[in-house]
Amino acid sequence: MLYIKCPHCGLRSQNEFSYGGDATVKRPELNKEISDQDWDNFVYLRKSPRGKHLELWQHISGCRQWIKVERDTLTHEIFKTLKANEEL
Amino acid sequence: MSENFRLDKGGLINRNKKISFKFNGKKYLGYEGDTLASALIANGVHLVGRSFKYHRPRGFFGAGVDEPYAIVQMNRNNQVDPNVKATEQELFEGLEAKSVNCWPNVDFDIGAINNFLNKFFPAGFYYKTFMWPKSFWHKVYEPIIRKAAGFGTASIKHDKERYEHKYEYCDLLITGSGPSGLASAYAAAQNGAKVILAEDKSRFGGSLLTSEVTIGNQSGQEWSQKIISELKSMPNVIVKNRSQVFGYYDHNMLVMSERISDHLPKSEKYTPKQRLWYIRAKEVIISSGSIERPLVFGNNDTPGVILSSAAKEYLKIYGVLVGKKPLVFTNNDSGYETAIEFKKNGIDPIVLDTRKDSNSEIIKEAKDLNINIKFSYVVVTAKGYKKVKSADITKISDDKKNISTIENVNCDCICVSGFWTPTIHLASQSGNKTKFKEEIDAFIPSQSKQKETTLGSANGIFTLEETLNTSFEKGNDLSKQITNKENKISVPTVVEKKYSKHDKFWCVPLPKGKNYKRFLDFQNDVTVSDIQLALREGYRSIEHVKRYTTLGMATDQGKTSNLNGLQLVSDFENKVVPQVGHTTFRPPYTSVSIGAIVGREIGIHSKPTRKSPMHHWHEKNNAVFVDAGVWLRPRYYKHGSENLFEASKREAKNVRQNVGVCDVTTLGKIDIKGPDSAEFLNRVYTNAWLKLPVGKARYGVMLREDGIVMDDGTTTRISENHYHMTTTTAQAANVLSHLEYYLQLVWPELNVNVVSSTEQWAGAAIAGPKSRDVLQKLFPDLDVTNEGLPFMGYREGNLFGVNAKIYRISFSGELAYEVNVESDNGNYMWEKIMEIGKEFNIQPYGTEALSTLRIEMGHVAGSELDGRTIPYDNSLDGLVSKKKDFIGKRSLNKTAYVAPDRQKVVGVVPLDKKTSIPEGSYIVRDAKAKLPNPKLGHVSASCWSVEYDNPFSLAIIKDGKNMIGQKLFAMSPLKNKIIPVEIVSSHYVDPKGERVRS
Ligand SMILES: [Zn+2]
Repeated sequence: MLYIKCPHCGLRSQNEFSYGGDATVKRPELNKEISDQDWDNFVYLRKSPRGKHLELWQHISGCRQWIKVERDTLTHEIFKTLKANEEL
Repeated sequence: MSENFRLDKGGLINRNKKISFKFNGKKYLGYEGDTLASALIANGVHLVGRSFKYHRPRGFFGAGVDEPYAIVQMNRNNQVDPNVKATEQELFEGLEAKSVNCWPNVDFDIGAINNFLNKFFPAGFYYKTFMWPKSFWHKVYEPIIRKAAGFGTASIKHDKERYEHKYEYCDLLITGSGPSGLASAYAAAQNGAKVILAEDKSRFGGSLLTSEVTIGNQSGQEWSQKIISELKSMPNVIVKNRSQVFGYYDHNMLVMSERISDHLPKSEKYTPKQRLWYIRAKEVIISSGSIERPLVFGNNDTPGVILSSAAKEYLKIYGVLVGKKPLVFTNNDSGYETAIEFKKNGIDPIVLDTRKDSNSEIIKEAKDLNINIKFSYVVVTAKGYKKVKSADITKISDDKKNISTIENVNCDCICVSGFWTPTIHLASQSGNKTKFKEEIDAFIPSQSKQKETTLGSANGIFTLEETLNTSFEKGNDLSKQITNKENKISVPTVVEKKYSKHDKFWCVPLPKGKNYKRFLDFQNDVTVSDIQLALREGYRSIEHVKRYTTLGMATDQGKTSNLNGLQLVSDFENKVVPQVGHTTFRPPYTSVSIGAIVGREIGIHSKPTRKSPMHHWHEKNNAVFVDAGVWLRPRYYKHGSENLFEASKREAKNVRQNVGVCDVTTLGKIDIKGPDSAEFLNRVYTNAWLKLPVGKARYGVMLREDGIVMDDGTTTRISENHYHMTTTTAQAANVLSHLEYYLQLVWPELNVNVVSSTEQWAGAAIAGPKSRDVLQKLFPDLDVTNEGLPFMGYREGNLFGVNAKIYRISFSGELAYEVNVESDNGNYMWEKIMEIGKEFNIQPYGTEALSTLRIEMGHVAGSELDGRTIPYDNSLDGLVSKKKDFIGKRSLNKTAYVAPDRQKVVGVVPLDKKTSIPEGSYIVRDAKAKLPNPKLGHVSASCWSVEYDNPFSLAIIKDGKNMIGQKLFAMSPLKNKIIPVEIVSSHYVDPKGERVRS
């Protein structure tokens, strides 16, 4: 079980969190023209890197904040955790 | 039966307390402090089971967790416990156990015929034999394999024992209380670190309990007991026996199973049988010791062939002889310890040493004791079927290739010692890339991946002095980094014997013309020839060889077999062991009971149960409940002998004719506040929200980004910047996370806050033509006319002294109101509604009637919004704004979503107006078409229409728009029904929606 440092609450066990996928995906802006391809890429296409991955977790049984976690998908090592509005 | 093999004195058992127990129905006596294994051996019982594949007789091979054979079925306190190792099960008064994997009994086992049919059981036997004919698998092969396989029978009865889970945090977790564990724990505890010391066995001390060493001025055993009692008295140390750390998981999370009551006749009141510990440790010290390696020779699985260290343990701890004419077969000095122990107790052993000669201290001691030692000797085969009767032995050439003339010696046990295998399982589980250490011919941990340090013989260090030195040092170093305190202790002086090198030899060659089975894996019956066959058939990767032969895949996970298997593969391939590599170690290290894993999360505790504030009223009024997510909701209220169908029909009819009341507390509720709330809702929902006035509610549909409907519900504008959102019961949590996601990550510039308020409000839906009358009487001061409180209107009111919120919304399709009060007032509100509604024939209605009402109105719900449908499919496309953008809108352009024959919800009525259509039925054009019959769609929800008194269903079918009026078929292969149906509008009742506005 991972040990995730919530930037708001501190070190907590994985079972307090829920996984939210790739944190680098940016939702296209509202009311803006976008090609079918770009939209489909946004909705469906995700990279599945072996190694470092910036991903979203929500501290669902804690402060309910969405946070960013830089984690190694192979070793599960966590390098860094960030608040929703912080960048790497 | 008397204990013929028990010594008159010695051992750590309590000779003042005799214990009687039963094995295979027969009564025996043992002592307190025995294991089932030691007590059986003391009674001369060596036949305890049958092997997995060949059903050969099996006895005892070890004295602890490494035991591959002696697996028994326990009957404790009227409950069965399968898969128990007799070597681990402590004796208690009245213990009952029996052998497994044999029929009709252990002495005459019908399956042993496999032994003589072994041509049919080569490596890869399962793959080769059971592949054809294909049809045989289900009917013939599988039942036979299932009957023959396994090591016990699980009970189908409810396990009455209690199992618990515990979460713990510590500075140092130390796994094993041998010399390295004790020394490191002691050093760390002195520095003030929070230490957990876990010992698998009932006694602390590990190898110190059986080795002849001196530490300071004490024997190893005395020293270990002194350290343990000191540790136990320290407030910063948790010392646990009968506790196996079996798994090393991510981020230094380890899991340990504590067997609290297994050694007692029954668990004490309020005490669990077992407890699973989830331990997050800052540092982990692996002091799990090592397991002796067997030597491989003919019929080396015969009962009486036993690890030499186990024979010594039975002698020194239990005062039990594994035999009276022992043969010790060894490739190193350890075997001599056992031989000397026999000799000291008046038994003359013969030692066969594979080495040419050796002159170490211990061999000199053995020679001085006049022990018969034969160098360059090996056992070719054990003789005897159910117990060793003699052994064929011979001299072996220096290159170990040639054997000379066979001699037969009488013996009743063969104690084998093939040197030691460090127990590296936990280190390997943590991600440590292990390395092969040439001097000990075994793998040891190398680069730590997590915070783990392996010490003592688990790290390939076999001298006590070095073990204690490094362990005191490591315990000190690791703890002082955490506590910033150092209280260094001097390492005591050690007196121990120096050992000479072991012989790199494990497998005795077969004599010409002989084809003895030589076992590698004793639990899965894998022999040398199986490995050779796999290699001849081209298997090379050790992982493939393992799976093909099943080597190391039994419940003991190859604790005694892996290294000998690797050695054999590398010899055959002319490689060295590190080139072959070892297979992956995976948790659990040893069997863990399902009960311990599940813990308290069983039955009613498997999930939380949420009840509305009106729950007791429902109970008192004969509600029959149904699970709605984690909520309990009344499904119907039983009057007299009514069944579900009759009751729900009565309740639904009463709503259509008079007035009903339904507990809607379970609906998800989210409070939304902030100046940008309207804009936010406008982006979340498919329809327009900017112009919703204060005091009005609106129905909305929200999508996922892929255009699929996520949820629906009404949201009410309470004040300028305050909204009250409702969600379906099932999606409440997901919707909240969804909103938080967009507010925190996508549109942080919106000034909006959301919070769940589901628990804060109790809700009652009052529905039916007479609901306005009820409402008027509940709120005499309120203008409840169609003008005063119009459809989708919202008002606040005072309900006999409590504040209430009144929403004129409807799920039933009737004139209806939802009244919310603070949860604490829920029951008060409910009773008032019932009291006031009496004169209007009010009746409570449950979820079944609620379903009926919404289905015949064509209101979609969870069974249509099933994560596969878009707004169009649910006839909700009228709510999709063309003007503004919102979550998921861009996806609605997808080719499939705009296809002219896109699926759509329709109504379905059976032509005979009698036969109910099972939910999940297929809608097909031709009931007799060739299979697979092309399906047009499926029936999503069914009810008995109370309006028309006939069955009615909703279905989502292809080109639903153009199907109205068509005669089709509903097919349920599951219920074996074919029902001719007509497709009608999904709005079966009040298609214009006049009632809700009346
Ligand atoms: Zn948090």
